[in-house]
Amino acid sequence: MLETIWFLLWGLIWGIYFMLDGFDFGLGTLLPFIARSDKEKRVIYNAMGPFWDGNEVWLITAGGVTFAAFPTTYAVMFSTLYTPLLMILFALIIRAASLEFRNKIASQSWKSFWDACLFIGSFTPALLFGVAFANIFQGIPFDKNYVFQGNLFTLLNPYGLLGGVLFVALFLVHGSIWLAIKSDGNLHVKAKAAASSIWIFLLVVAVVFLGYTWFATPLYKNYLSNPILFILPLITVLALLATRLFIFQNAFWKAWIASSLTILTAVLFGVVGLFPNMYPSSIDSTLSLTAFNSSSSPLTLKIMLGVVLVMVPIVIAYQTWAYHLFSGKIDEAMLSSKESY
Amino acid sequence: MDPVFLSRLQFAVATLFHFIFVPLTLGLAILVAIMETRYVRTGNPEYKKMTKFWGHMFLINFVVGVVTGITLEFQFGTNWARYSKYVGDIFGSILAIEATMAFFLESTFIGVWFFGWNKLKPRTHAACMWLVAIASNLSAYWIITANAWMQHPVGYEIRGGRAELTDFLAVITQPYAITNYLHTVFAGYIVAGFFVMGISAYHLLKKTEISFFTKSFRIALVFSLIFSIGEVFMGDINGKEVARLQPEKLAAMESQWETQKGADFSLLLIPDEKHERNAVELFNIPKFLSFLAKGDWNAEIRGLKSWPPADRPPVTAVFTSFRIMVGLGFLFILLTIIGWFKRNKLESSPIYLRIMLYSIPLPYIATLLGWIVTEVGRQPWIVYRVLRTADASSPIAGSQVAVSLAAFIILYSGLGAIAIWLMARHAKHGPETI
Ligand code: HDD
Ligand code: HEM
Ligand code: HEM
Repeated sequence: MLETIWFLLWGLIWGIYFMLDGFDFGLGTLLPFIARSDKEKRVIYNAMGPFWDGNEVWLITAGGVTFAAFPTTYAVMFSTLYTPLLMILFALIIRAASLEFRNKIASQSWKSFWDACLFIGSFTPALLFGVAFANIFQGIPFDKNYVFQGNLFTLLNPYGLLGGVLFVALFLVHGSIWLAIKSDGNLHVKAKAAASSIWIFLLVVAVVFLGYTWFATPLYKNYLSNPILFILPLITVLALLATRLFIFQNAFWKAWIASSLTILTAVLFGVVGLFPNMYPSSIDSTLSLTAFNSSSSPLTLKIMLGVVLVMVPIVIAYQTWAYHLFSGKIDEAMLSSKESY
Repeated sequence: MDPVFLSRLQFAVATLFHFIFVPLTLGLAILVAIMETRYVRTGNPEYKKMTKFWGHMFLINFVVGVVTGITLEFQFGTNWARYSKYVGDIFGSILAIEATMAFFLESTFIGVWFFGWNKLKPRTHAACMWLVAIASNLSAYWIITANAWMQHPVGYEIRGGRAELTDFLAVITQPYAITNYLHTVFAGYIVAGFFVMGISAYHLLKKTEISFFTKSFRIALVFSLIFSIGEVFMGDINGKEVARLQPEKLAAMESQWETQKGADFSLLLIPDEKHERNAVELFNIPKFLSFLAKGDWNAEIRGLKSWPPADRPPVTAVFTSFRIMVGLGFLFILLTIIGWFKRNKLESSPIYLRIMLYSIPLPYIATLLGWIVTEVGRQPWIVYRVLRTADASSPIAGSQVAVSLAAFIILYSGLGAIAIWLMARHAKHGPETI
């Protein structure tokens, strides 16, 4: 029971991470295509300004919780995914550096350098996280000594890549909506246009992904044996449609919430399908790591459950307050103040 | 290529680099919070300028601390998979608690602080900086308890081939963790104090913004004086803890080869590891080592030779690092006491100011050496007397680690160079830039 609760919490925390940092990834990926002037670029930077660090801590928590509750999964997952994981972390480093350093020097080439870094640092994790999760759904080729039988290119198989594209598309829509919320004038118009057109692409990718999942993974097994669970993907689809509707109505906050819900339930869709597996082996399914054979002792699980049940609501409360505090548009006054990116 | 050796090197590079930025965060957060509190109390705009100037420095430093911390969080999985499996029950939970209790607080409120100057009441705004300071010092507590558990494992039982938690309270309240924590955060306060004093000295020498930098210098001076004294005091307690719990490490710190009652302390000593003796031992203080380590002039100190060579830590590195750290510790007390007497005539003490300017790196060096003592002195164990470092690595290819190590070095050098350059630039320009 404890293991099952932890499994769900684990999925939930990863979902929250993608829901929050997802719009940062989307914005960074969008930057070179949507922002022309330095001012427009700075709007994008400042749209992430007060939030990106707090969002990123959800990743640290997701990692920490994996370590605490499922140490074997933590160990095997991150050592077998060594190269892609480090690529993600390096990308996150240069993303943070571009946010913090870009506006410190007035030179044009300095700024262009960091703009490129922001793009790379946002696109790479978006893509690789998608690739990694899709591969986990499929199963990872690791043997009984937990040695990974393959290399980076093993992971870049069609289904894996499709997962990557799906993540990028989800985050692009999510980020465009956030930009529409935070910007005015021309940039706002461009952001809305981007959100609506990328949405169509997202819809296509999502449908193909769901279909491909049927053939490439055992994910639907849990759903077929428990049809009530189909409510989860149903919410995902409804939220995705609602996103479009709200964009159309210029109700961008609602669109953003719908898009958040899409991302959250999409991650949960995968995680629930995986259950009880956390990290299946494609070489021999008896080696697969599950919520039960990779978990911590009941004492640790109980203590950690207490910590998480107390701390996470508090965190959500003050992060919500911070989002509320900075919910306004990025205006001239903000851009000309020293306290901005 | 040996993945264990490369992983150790990579971990050392990554943690030592993280710990260039961490101590300044720990101390400067408090100093900035003090400055802002003064601003709120007095309404004097000079304190606001001070808060912004040093706060700007804080932010550049902070971001490098943040990003280098994230790679550490995942490196236990990537490079130390067998370790993670073995101890995750205990170790992993502490890391997760650190994230939920401290990192969220730190990262959310630093954003609110930086972007919130015009959105919050001055009082609330200052409170945000205090939250950042508290959170970073809290995060240090958790990570140090995790580290302390590797140094001195408690509250666990080996079951089914791994360490399982039996007593959580014992893990998070063991005395070794508390003394290490205080010693580490005090180190951070000294780093920050010397940092602020050094940059202030630069401007006082150039006679720019005299009032601003005199005030900054004095705040940092009091802070550094208190904690320099506290640091040596804590260091002594720390040393006694090591003597009690890790006699091999103590022997390496003092390069003590033979087991002895009433062991002498040599002021000048050069270890000769190959021949298991000391090449030079001069200026002996009789029985002083026994007194320092155990508080008893006649206590027995176990020598390195009483352990098989495979169980001994490297001696020269541990010994040298320890000596330099201790020497620096006394130097910091000296420098801050001199500062105390000169506090009202700083501008007319150019030699002192110049010394303080060039002293900025010294506390950093002491801090890094301290970690080398602690971590290298724990070898060959990753968890003291429970798990060997050699049995802790991931089943990955050496070539993979070699590539990532190279990437770490390139990326971190670039990042560090840019951050230091930006800070130096800002420091030189002075408060007029903001
Ligand atoms: C004594 C203090 C101390 C020590 C020994 C360590 N750290 Fe650290 N860490 C901090 C003190 C700190 C801090 C003061 O809280 C930082 C530094 C600068 C900062 O921004 O926060 C931080 C940041 C930081 C972050 C980013 C947090 C964020 O996004 O806000 C992570 C994930 C870690 N650390 C993880 C680690 C790990 C896994 C360590 C062990 C090897 C470690 N740190 C050693
Ligand atoms: C930030 C401060 C720290 C510094 C500067 C530091 C430094 C080092 C160094 C130099 C090594 C290499 C020792 C050797 O291989 O001979 C090392 C190893 C290691 N340290 Fe630390 N350390 C720090 C904090 C921590 C903390 C807080 C933990 C755990 C919570 C930790 C866990 C480890 C592990 C797992 C290794 C690898 C195994 C080993 O080589 O011993 N370190 N550290
Ligand atoms: C006379 C002065 C000092 C003494 C006697 C002393 C003693 C010690 C001892 C015994 C250790 C090893 C603890 C262990 O392995 O568990 C240590 C570690 C350390 N020292 Fe010092 N120290 C002194 C001064 C300083 C100074 C001035 C700094 C920095 C400004 C510093 C920073 C550190 C750090 C960061 C560590 C590693 C963390 C820890 O284990 O607490 N020390 N010190």
